[in-house]
Amino acid sequence: MNLTLKIWRQKDSQAKGQMVDYKVTEISEHMSFLEMMDVLNEQLVNSGEEPVAFDHDCREGICGMCSMYINGEAHGPDRGITTCQLHMRMFNDGDTITIEPFRAAAFPVIKDLVVDRMSFERIQQAGGYISVNTSGNTQDANSIPISKHAADEAMDAATCIGCGACVASCKNSSAMLFVGAKVSQYALLPQGQVEAADRVKNMVAQMDLEGFGNCTNTGACEVECPKGISLENIARMNREYLSTTLKG
Amino acid sequence: MALDSKVPKGPIKDKWTDYKNKIDLVNPANKRHIDVIVVGTGLAGGSAAATLAELGYNVKAFAYQDSPRRAHSIAAQGGINAAKNYQGDGDSTYRLFYDTVKGGDYRSREANVYRLAEVSANIIDQCVAQGVPFARDYGGLLDNRSFGGVLVSRTFYAKGQTGQQLLLGAYSAMNRQIARGKIEMFNRHEMLDVVIVDGKARGIIARNLITGEIERHSAHAVVVGSGGYGNVYFLSTNAMGSNATAAWKIHKKGAYFANPCYTQIHPTCIPRSGDYQSKLTLMSESLRNDGRIWVPKNMEDVMAIREGRKQPTDLSEDERDYYLERRYPAFGNLVPRDVASRAAKERCDAGYGVNATGEAVYLDFASAFDRYGREQAKIHNIKNPTAEKIYELGQAIVEAKYGNLFQMYEKIVDQNPYKTPMMIYPAVHYTMGGVWVDYNLMTTIPGCYCIGEANFSDHGANRLGASALMQGLADGYFVLPYTIGDYLSDDIRTGKIPTDSKEFDAAEKEVTERINFFVNNKGTKSVDYFHKKLGKVMWDKAGMSRNAEGLTEAMAEIKAIREEFWKEVSVPGTAAEMNPELEKAGRVADFLELGELFAKDALVRAESCGGHFREESAELDGPQKGEAKRNDTDFAFVSAWEYKGEPADAVLHKEELEFKDIELKQRSYK
Repeated sequence: MNLTLKIWRQKDSQAKGQMVDYKVTEISEHMSFLEMMDVLNEQLVNSGEEPVAFDHDCREGICGMCSMYINGEAHGPDRGITTCQLHMRMFNDGDTITIEPFRAAAFPVIKDLVVDRMSFERIQQAGGYISVNTSGNTQDANSIPISKHAADEAMDAATCIGCGACVASCKNSSAMLFVGAKVSQYALLPQGQVEAADRVKNMVAQMDLEGFGNCTNTGACEVECPKGISLENIARMNREYLSTTLKG
Repeated sequence: MALDSKVPKGPIKDKWTDYKNKIDLVNPANKRHIDVIVVGTGLAGGSAAATLAELGYNVKAFAYQDSPRRAHSIAAQGGINAAKNYQGDGDSTYRLFYDTVKGGDYRSREANVYRLAEVSANIIDQCVAQGVPFARDYGGLLDNRSFGGVLVSRTFYAKGQTGQQLLLGAYSAMNRQIARGKIEMFNRHEMLDVVIVDGKARGIIARNLITGEIERHSAHAVVVGSGGYGNVYFLSTNAMGSNATAAWKIHKKGAYFANPCYTQIHPTCIPRSGDYQSKLTLMSESLRNDGRIWVPKNMEDVMAIREGRKQPTDLSEDERDYYLERRYPAFGNLVPRDVASRAAKERCDAGYGVNATGEAVYLDFASAFDRYGREQAKIHNIKNPTAEKIYELGQAIVEAKYGNLFQMYEKIVDQNPYKTPMMIYPAVHYTMGGVWVDYNLMTTIPGCYCIGEANFSDHGANRLGASALMQGLADGYFVLPYTIGDYLSDDIRTGKIPTDSKEFDAAEKEVTERINFFVNNKGTKSVDYFHKKLGKVMWDKAGMSRNAEGLTEAMAEIKAIREEFWKEVSVPGTAAEMNPELEKAGRVADFLELGELFAKDALVRAESCGGHFREESAELDGPQKGEAKRNDTDFAFVSAWEYKGEPADAVLHKEELEFKDIELKQRSYK
């Protein structure tokens, strides 16, 4: 198929960006979206132009590196997948595809489609861990039974890949789904209880400091999340936060 | 220089304990004055960085991605082995040790493997304490599954995302130390050389991938945990950015490179569909628990399927060749990876491949739907269930077990694997070879360590499923933090290593000159052009089966591609900006050297062992006819290569392997 691509080009974080049109031809419907981008870039390199910079790595939907906003949707027009798992059979011959970076005040553009997600790192550093040293003599892994239900729910929360689609999809650029997922994972497990209060307070404080917006329960984040992280995690975080602040 | 593996004396089960009791330690107050650089933040690098920081060292960690959490360990699916014996099926440290040495076709160092088995149980305890949500049973205790090549259930897992959860555990431990200021994290940075001062590794040169700035970082020791070199084949299950540069740079500065020809070709990957393909996707080995592998028996059916005149479901049972069950009745579809891959290649080479490229076999779940369906009908007391009902009940069970994998397959191939068999073909997945290290995990450069997939140590010539995660975390959490202390105890009075020395000047100059060459070369061909060309030679002549003639040709062809690369490579953009093409150019330049050494190593090893199959070394008759033939008399050694300029001139050093606790036997899965 032949396609027109409208792509956001921006030289660096300081430069003013703009949409630029490109044509690609003979795209196979079996290609992944990023393989289509490879074709474009090979074309650009061969004609001496600078290729489009975009983040990608594992190309199997788990590293969370790829981050495009395609035709107005984070990771494009399919559900439950990342951009690298999007295939060209979702598009038709002659289509015009708009490709932008994830946009949020807390995700400044570095170059073209590459954004800076260090704000997510700092939130995790504020409390996204259990304080246990590596020693080889922590207690036996089976000494605390954990109900299958709690373990499965914690696992569902923990599958977040930290891509930032939730933020990009939210009209308020809120990071509540991302933070809620991490808070929930530990809130559901006995290991995380001792520092639960500090964790939720510190992570939420850092989230606010980074300039993410508030949650207004629209639910766009849940729809666009490639891993299907549930809104329940936001509710759980709010409960954790409320009980912590009420206790003082 | 003679290789000294530094394996401690004494009975194998006491070596590690005795050794730990005797090594020198660094006083906590002195650790504050010691810096350690860790390159790579996957399971090995991430766990090492966190643990070293917990101990009190000042750690500088480097990752080329924008977060440590994105290292390719994240993509490991199946699980992690540990000798916990929670299932009471007779597992033990010895049994895990034995299975790993046998699985590796007797080409690993006994003492290292025993230590690995010994600390495996600690890993599970540590990860659970960190909040890793492993799968549990209804009693709330940890669940296990089984993997190829073993007879017990010792694999711990978190759905099909075990690597992700373990890496997020190590990442959380790192985050705690980053917050305390004990780890200084350098995201989007790539190590481009190691700096050696007075014979010791004392720092690195790194490039900031956002600004293009070249930076000097000093430390008292350098740890490389940068993963494997599978991308030398261009197409592999590795991440796009996975590369050998850090490992190759230390090799060029004096670290021996061991067993480069030991590569794992994983049998169950989604076949390639065209020339544009950028990577291959793994389907977990766990699928072989329930899937049966086959190709048509008759060539007419193969042709009919390729031309779309027949569907695989049209073929009756006796028109199918379940070749693994036919050849290996004892292990059937659960033979180890190297055996399963070669068997698929054998059928496809004979012309029985089932897709347009001729490189695909079926992985069929029909009998699993039927088996589980009947079982469920019985459980739910359904009398005389219809075929549809059985299918429906069976499908639900398969979906609960492998749902995410079936979904992934359908998204990529656009076929519903519940209705038609999956198509699979082997693909490059893991590299057992790597930088040579001694028992302390130190390379032949004093003060330079290598951990995880980047080193050569524990898997011999073939890695068993669920052992990579175990090794990465063992090295990072429980081995290196001890052994490095013994070395650093001599550095308590050294003080900060200055970065304005002539050694740093020289290393930086070399790095800068190479980068400038790339951006100024203005050749005619893209980096990918050369990478694909290299990959094709590697796959055709140093892939699943190898012979002396092909390997000799491969060495010459790779050299020629390398020479053309240095003339004709084109890298747009400048050095002082984010420039992904420039990053790729440096990595491919290193692969073009490594590939040639790989072929040379494969040529020298004129035996078949594990993932390395030499056509000249196969059983000619008897019940094992056609199977790989190992040669313990001449080849029970580790090949450690010393860099001498051109890869073809590399000098071989042999570390003889001694087997005192395990008897050498032929691996049989018949």
